[in-house]
Amino acid sequence: MYLPCPCCGWRDMREFTCIGAADYCDRPEADAPPEAWDNYLHLRDNPAGPARDLWYHAPCGTWLEVARDTVTHAVTGSTAVEEAG
Amino acid sequence: MQFSGFRILKEGLAGNRGWKPHWRKPDPKPDYDMLIIGGGGHGLATAYYLAKNHGLTNIAVLEKGYLGGGNIGRNTTIVRANYFLPGNSEFYSHSLKLWEGLEDELNYNVMHSQRGLINLFHSDGQRDAFARRGNAMLAQGDDAILLDREGVRAILPYLDFEQARFPIYGGLYHKRGGTARHDAVAWGYARGADQRGVDLIENCEVTGISVESGRVTGVSTTRGEIRARKVGIVTAGRTSQVAAMAGLRLPIESHILQAFVTEGLKPCIDHVISFGMGHFYISQSDKGGLVFGGDLDFYPSYAARGNLPGVEQVMEAGMALMPMIGRAKVLRSWGGIMDMTPDGSPIIDRTPIEGLYLDAGWCYGGFKAVPASGWCMAHLMATDQPHPVARRYRLDRFATGHLLDEEGKGSQHNLH
Repeated sequence: MYLPCPCCGWRDMREFTCIGAADYCDRPEADAPPEAWDNYLHLRDNPAGPARDLWYHAPCGTWLEVARDTVTHAVTGSTAVEEAG
Repeated sequence: MQFSGFRILKEGLAGNRGWKPHWRKPDPKPDYDMLIIGGGGHGLATAYYLAKNHGLTNIAVLEKGYLGGGNIGRNTTIVRANYFLPGNSEFYSHSLKLWEGLEDELNYNVMHSQRGLINLFHSDGQRDAFARRGNAMLAQGDDAILLDREGVRAILPYLDFEQARFPIYGGLYHKRGGTARHDAVAWGYARGADQRGVDLIENCEVTGISVESGRVTGVSTTRGEIRARKVGIVTAGRTSQVAAMAGLRLPIESHILQAFVTEGLKPCIDHVISFGMGHFYISQSDKGGLVFGGDLDFYPSYAARGNLPGVEQVMEAGMALMPMIGRAKVLRSWGGIMDMTPDGSPIIDRTPIEGLYLDAGWCYGGFKAVPASGWCMAHLMATDQPHPVARRYRLDRFATGHLLDEEGKGSQHNLH
């Protein structure tokens, strides 16, 4: 599998680390209720089909959200994750 | 139909024309007391123990494909009880005891072979961790022997003891660990459940779960509506999709785990062996093929096939441990869909919906758990109380912080 890095183009997946569903980008506020943190840390839609997940490209240090199909492994695109304020 | 030596002799002399199908092919009735969604190992074992232990037989198992066609038919068949944490330790100990009586229980040859399992360690720190694990296993009443380097060499002389990168310091020897014939476990439970009156309904995909006033009332399927008072979801890698039909969002992410089999070889590996410095484990099947695997592919997937970097990693680990397998030709590889939880431990619990139960999150350790999972899920569905050995497998443990992270890896689905 190859993944498109917004910085470096299509690269072999050995250069990337997958963190899991892109839910990790939706971090709750520090004072959010425990349910919000449970939802963020543990609960997942876990879609069979189009999905967005979070990867790290080690050579250039870019975090990216990859649009991928979890059934066919087709990769349709990616965007760099913005640094949160 | 019971199997016996006499029956096999008689059928052999009569041209084997007397064998009959092992289970009926009933059409679904409109109404059952209980439904089990998923006709794999765990679902069939649940149905069997509901009938056997609790006398409940107005039950159907709904399977979208054929019985035993999921992970029970595509795993590396290892059976062991070498867990450390309270919660896991007593559960897997119970499961191993059920395994030891399973062939008599089911009158079915599941080829359970207690050939011994050896987990290797490669540093002082790892030795300490394994010594502690072995003590926990002994305290649970199971068996464990801490082998030093020469002790390992005496029984596994073909490992690479010369290499400097991952020197073998010793191993934790679990003699009652071993393997079993995976398909036969599903078939044995299916036949036992069927004989007790459970309807096993194949090619019947659940398309909806009906909930009225917070209570489950039945399911929609490709073979019509079926009403029931209680419904159990036992669908492994597809658990998230089935639970979503009832509006539930679960702490599960589905990942691939690859496994490999070589061409048949003469007997050379007599035990189950795991490498402590790269995730690699291997045993030899009764047909002679070396059966081995390693880590997850680490990204969410339902493809049931993996990528080449995963293959490469497993092969490298195998070659680092036992170079003698380098000439064996790999016949086939495949991927299973693993329902990974954030702590690597399973869930056997009620759900927020009355009458809806969940048996899921087996990660890649579900095979050895089949008997105890069925036993405990049946207990839960019949009595509405968790079985004592499965009481920590709660659905809400992530929210409350009572995690069962056996390897201390952290709260991320693909780390376990």
